Amino acid sequence: MLQLFKFKGGVKPDPKKTPSVQMPIGIAPLPPLLIVPLHQSIGGKPNPLVEAGDRVLKGQLIGGADQWLSSAVHAPTSGTVLAVEERLAAHPSGLPTLSVVIEPDGRDAWIERTPLDYTALEPERVREILRDSGVVGLGGAVFPSHAKLAAAKSVPMDELIINGGECEPFMTCDDILMRERAEGIVLGSGIFRDLLKARRVLVGIEDNKPEAVAAMKAAVEKLGENFEVIAVPTRYPAGGAKQLIRVLTGKEVPASKRSPEMGVQCFNVATAYTAWRAIVHGEPVLSRIVTLTGNVEQPRNWEVLLGTPLKDFVALGKPKSDTDRYLMGGPMMGFELPSLEAPLVKATNCIIAGSPSLFPPPAPEMPCIRCGACADVCPHELQPFEMYWFARARNFGKTQEYNIFDCIECGCCSYVCPSHIPLVQYFRFAKSEIWSREREKNMADAAKARFELRNERDEREKAEKAERLARAAAAKAAVKKAPPESGSEALSGDTSVAVAAAAPLDADAAKKAAIAAAMERARQQRESVQPKNTEGLTVAQRKEIAEIEARRAPLQAEE
Amino acid sequence: MNFTTPPYLTQNVSVQRVMLQVLAALLPGIAIYVWLIGPIILVQIAIATAASLLAEAFMLSLLKKPLGLFLGDGSATVTAWLIALAFPPLAPWWLIVVGALFAIVVAKHLYGGLGQNPFNPAMIAFAVCIVSFPALMSQWPALDRQAGFSEQLALVLGTAPRLDTMSGATPLDALKTALKLGEGNTTVATILADAHNFGYFAGKGWEWVAVAYLLGGLWLWQRRIITWHAPFAFLAGIVLFSGALWLWDPAQFANPVFHLFSGGSMLGAFFIVTDPVSGSTTPRGKLIFGFSAAALAYLIRVFGGYPDGVAFAVLLMNICVPLIDLYTQPPIFGMKSKP
Repeated sequence: MLQLFKFKGGVKPDPKKTPSVQMPIGIAPLPPLLIVPLHQSIGGKPNPLVEAGDRVLKGQLIGGADQWLSSAVHAPTSGTVLAVEERLAAHPSGLPTLSVVIEPDGRDAWIERTPLDYTALEPERVREILRDSGVVGLGGAVFPSHAKLAAAKSVPMDELIINGGECEPFMTCDDILMRERAEGIVLGSGIFRDLLKARRVLVGIEDNKPEAVAAMKAAVEKLGENFEVIAVPTRYPAGGAKQLIRVLTGKEVPASKRSPEMGVQCFNVATAYTAWRAIVHGEPVLSRIVTLTGNVEQPRNWEVLLGTPLKDFVALGKPKSDTDRYLMGGPMMGFELPSLEAPLVKATNCIIAGSPSLFPPPAPEMPCIRCGACADVCPHELQPFEMYWFARARNFGKTQEYNIFDCIECGCCSYVCPSHIPLVQYFRFAKSEIWSREREKNMADAAKARFELRNERDEREKAEKAERLARAAAAKAAVKKAPPESGSEALSGDTSVAVAAAAPLDADAAKKAAIAAAMERARQQRESVQPKNTEGLTVAQRKEIAEIEARRAPLQAEE
Repeated sequence: MNFTTPPYLTQNVSVQRVMLQVLAALLPGIAIYVWLIGPIILVQIAIATAASLLAEAFMLSLLKKPLGLFLGDGSATVTAWLIALAFPPLAPWWLIVVGALFAIVVAKHLYGGLGQNPFNPAMIAFAVCIVSFPALMSQWPALDRQAGFSEQLALVLGTAPRLDTMSGATPLDALKTALKLGEGNTTVATILADAHNFGYFAGKGWEWVAVAYLLGGLWLWQRRIITWHAPFAFLAGIVLFSGALWLWDPAQFANPVFHLFSGGSMLGAFFIVTDPVSGSTTPRGKLIFGFSAAALAYLIRVFGGYPDGVAFAVLLMNICVPLIDLYTQPPIFGMKSKP
């Protein structure tokens, strides 16, 4: 038996998981409308590849990854694109995001799916396929998985951790997935293992999910793998990647390092499952398992198409009449949805209907009495009350000295605070202030660089203009000296001929021209490095540009 | 929009609950106190509590802070009880009131109120009063000449003259004075053998109050209201320093057990150096804080002019807390094995 390690801190909230695992995974019905946001992962914003009126098939690429750290988005079913427009996102800000609105035709007709033998492919190609299949971390962080599937060059990958911890109360989507689809998870984990060349695969599951542990063990045995399925003590946030890595391997990954540098990598069970579907079945990520629980008549896990409007989804659970809010994610790290008009996305692992009795309004905030309860439960062994003190005083430099960026915002500190201080909010505030200051500084630096470049260019152009005038003057002088027949030729020819003719007469001007040409080449080189603002345009924008160009062409012709 | 923030679950904890548990932990000590000198201590506690709450209400309304929320937090009551228990039980009422007012108005609210005070308010009250009224603060009831409740009440209310025969010194003071008077010819053993003042292992009667504080403190530790660090370091410091001098010259220095159960040792260890607001917050810092406070307390108690040194020791260490905390920050997750 593997020796387990402990992480410091953590809390034990009431799990409240039982109600939603009484029924098997339900298949959510097709909604009348799907709103698929293009930006559903960490990293770049995929470009829309369809426009209003297009017919799409199930699994068709509708948003292409725009850079390496980005992830593709697909049509969850077949139908017609009604619009590509800004729609409300499932985000605490309540801001809109560019989304593809699809009206399903009900046929659910697939694109052609091509199962692949990944062992015959280059690892790089497999990673590309994962990116273009939209495989991202489904634990809630939605980090593009392909970007995590490269081992560090100098450090061998000792352990691949498959995270079935699921420590958030209420949430059971991973639990039920492990119970029902354990083999897919094991097969997906095998793909990850082969890509990372990991020596061992450890599956960590909190010990309050004995059925999931048993199912995973059975699947591992049946498939003849040597994975170790390990029940870890139930203590929030044991399902946090860094905590689970610590418990299973004893390794502590600080914020300043990436886990492959320490020979370990961690994936959520649902991510492994979708990776297997993507590679072996050629099915991109179109749906996910979502727990619908809390103040509802029928708590249950559903397999739901991405883009399903949340109002259609929550209706499946029959919310009770005193429901006053909906949380996305768990009660510890989730957020209150600003509106149910927003669609369900890859990050949506759980929707909890809340009521005043389930989540009572927070008690009034009192001053911090420095009791240190927050420091006792912090899994990253920070001093939250000190960070709070400095965040409140807007002394952000000090918050960084107290390692605010090691905070994973798990909420343990707020959970135990006797003064009911929303500590995590203070830390988010401090972090975002620090980020925005850095952004401002970068922007100021960029503006300065632009200004200097412009000055340089102005001077250069002035010099070039003077040069041209001088050359023209020299050429005129040369023409006057030369016989008239060659002169007319020079006048009718282009400038370069004139220059060529004038050059021997004016050596100084030639030198200047050479310098100007070199500078021009350097400028072009610089420009080719800088991305142009005409790159990465949406279909709509490209169309608009084309229209403008079309309008301009006849006008230019008239001139 | 109604802005809400995660986590949406919280433990059933509050400042009020913390303070109520501290008060509950003081109850065994108070019970022994009542058995020892009678219910007059309850009167003193009532006076201190009333004065503290009035001062708190006054300051809160002056500072326009929500009255109901802060009056109910229990922090002023804890300060009041500690003052009543630290002061001589037959001190005149106004002495307790002066202490309570100073603690709440100056030591607490002028520094910013709950959570902001760098000094322990109860210890400030004790220090201010012992410096200003040394005679009154040194008069402890003589246990063998126990007065009735009405007599005690008259003393507290100031309606009867204070008679020297009715008061005595604390055991610590008695020992120090006897040693001084003996000029090296008497030993600690013979002084402590005097059943008039001394009991089984410390001051007669008072030793049991100290035992009760110890039990209350252990309960607080078991309830995770306090951690073991500061009390352990404080008591260990007392044992270490008193033990060293006792081994060196047992005739002139009392043994560690006597020091542990005399004066403010137990009250200090579990109810004063554990004050989160004015004490150190890191585990190593708490050890340093407790140990240093013990060293100072012992020095003042044995070699200084005051009957006990806990109050001054704690206040001196309160000043050092920001420095201690700064230099004892524990390493964070993932940063422990830095070469």
